Amino acid sequence: MSGNKESTARTLIVALIVSLVASVFVAGSAVILKPVQEENRLLDKQRSILAVAGIGGPGVGAKEAQEIFKTRIEAELIDLTTGEKSEARDPLTFDALKSAQDPATSTALSGAEDIALIKRRERYSTVYRLLKEDGSGELEALILPVRGYGLWSTLHGFIALQPDLNTVIGLGFYQHGETPGLGGEVDNPKWKALWRGKTLFDANGKPNIEIVKGGVNPAGADAAHQVDALAGATLTSKGVDHFLHFWLGEQGFGPYLARLRSQQGGV
Amino acid sequence: MTKPATTREILFGPIFDNNPIALQILGICSALAVTSNLNTALVMAIALTSVTAFSNLFISTIRKQIPSSIRMIVQMVIIASLVIVVDQILRAYAFTLAKQLSVFVGLIITNCIVMGRAEAYAMQNPPWASFVDGIGNGLGYSLMLVALGVVRELLGAGKLLGYEILPLAKDGGWYQPNGLLLLPPSAFFLIGLFIWALRVWKKNQQEPATFRLAPQVKEEG
Repeated sequence: MSGNKESTARTLIVALIVSLVASVFVAGSAVILKPVQEENRLLDKQRSILAVAGIGGPGVGAKEAQEIFKTRIEAELIDLTTGEKSEARDPLTFDALKSAQDPATSTALSGAEDIALIKRRERYSTVYRLLKEDGSGELEALILPVRGYGLWSTLHGFIALQPDLNTVIGLGFYQHGETPGLGGEVDNPKWKALWRGKTLFDANGKPNIEIVKGGVNPAGADAAHQVDALAGATLTSKGVDHFLHFWLGEQGFGPYLARLRSQQGGV
Repeated sequence: MTKPATTREILFGPIFDNNPIALQILGICSALAVTSNLNTALVMAIALTSVTAFSNLFISTIRKQIPSSIRMIVQMVIIASLVIVVDQILRAYAFTLAKQLSVFVGLIITNCIVMGRAEAYAMQNPPWASFVDGIGNGLGYSLMLVALGVVRELLGAGKLLGYEILPLAKDGGWYQPNGLLLLPPSAFFLIGLFIWALRVWKKNQQEPATFRLAPQVKEEG
């Protein structure tokens, strides 16, 4: 049996068999476990949506989070160009990222427009409306998806606004690949807490939020529009600053927010 | 190895007598990275123990068929496949922990303990003994990880497994946590202290001095 173990033919056969068995093993486990993983990913996303709106966080159990999501979150698909609500897709299963890659459902962004460095922008997007707990159907928070390039990676997250559509409740990211300890500090609760209460727009509805180096002067006129940059992460901070401007501006949710504002003004 | 070791010796030997971290100084990287709390340390310990055990088992089963020219690559293929499967399982059933452990589960592939046991033990020994050896070495690693995790989480954050044990001063308790313990370098000090204690207890683990200090120059006058 071990006589010609070292021969070339034998070596090739062993290598082939080992690779085959190993690949079947790996592929099999990936396929079998995929549904459970997908569910986890969805739950993780739901939780981060709730967390930016100030509900729960990691302390809330899976069941509880799903329940809140089901009863109090209203997902809405909107057409980003017109800002109108759309019925074209199911808002809960709509995949904005896939849609952004398909030329049929997205628009290419020119260099000057593409400050978030995402190359293409999807035509539709899902926004989440968190309703008040009392069941009155009134809005408690509006949660918008944001994404853009930092230093190494695209950051994917959500920003939650108060019903005045101007004051921030929270900002959070559920996926990014920034340097741990530097850009990765976008996940730091202390930094995220700085966003609470900041205002995003000026009197004319233009995005006015800035991430500043060297600390915000609390007495300054613009303190409500400024957030401290992350130490040692200039490019990540700039990236967050840029893509917030993008998503809050004309190319992003600008038309949608303008529509909501005019509705509110009418009431 | 003059006389064949009993299963018991194979299993418990690596825990104190031949600890992979304390005596062989292997697998230090992950021991620094994942022990800032007990939760991740435990998951990592279980992951590494199962990978070592099963890679030893499979490699030992086919050890007589592996041509020596490609034995390392065959070992790597088996180890890497197992690690990917473990990673997939963690992502499916312990998503938040898998997120915290991030790259370190994947890096089990390059953990010297797994490769070392495959090459040093599984290639020469029958499957069952190899499997037990894998578990034993995994336990040796786990012991160190759990010890580090307990000390770091308890004294660094006042908690164990996320439950508050020592009430923190900033929340109205009395305990002032030592923040250094949550940073990776602290694990170096703790591993050093652990090795010191172990070698005081088990004298045969002390290494002979590799050189002698020159006597001090006599004072003049």
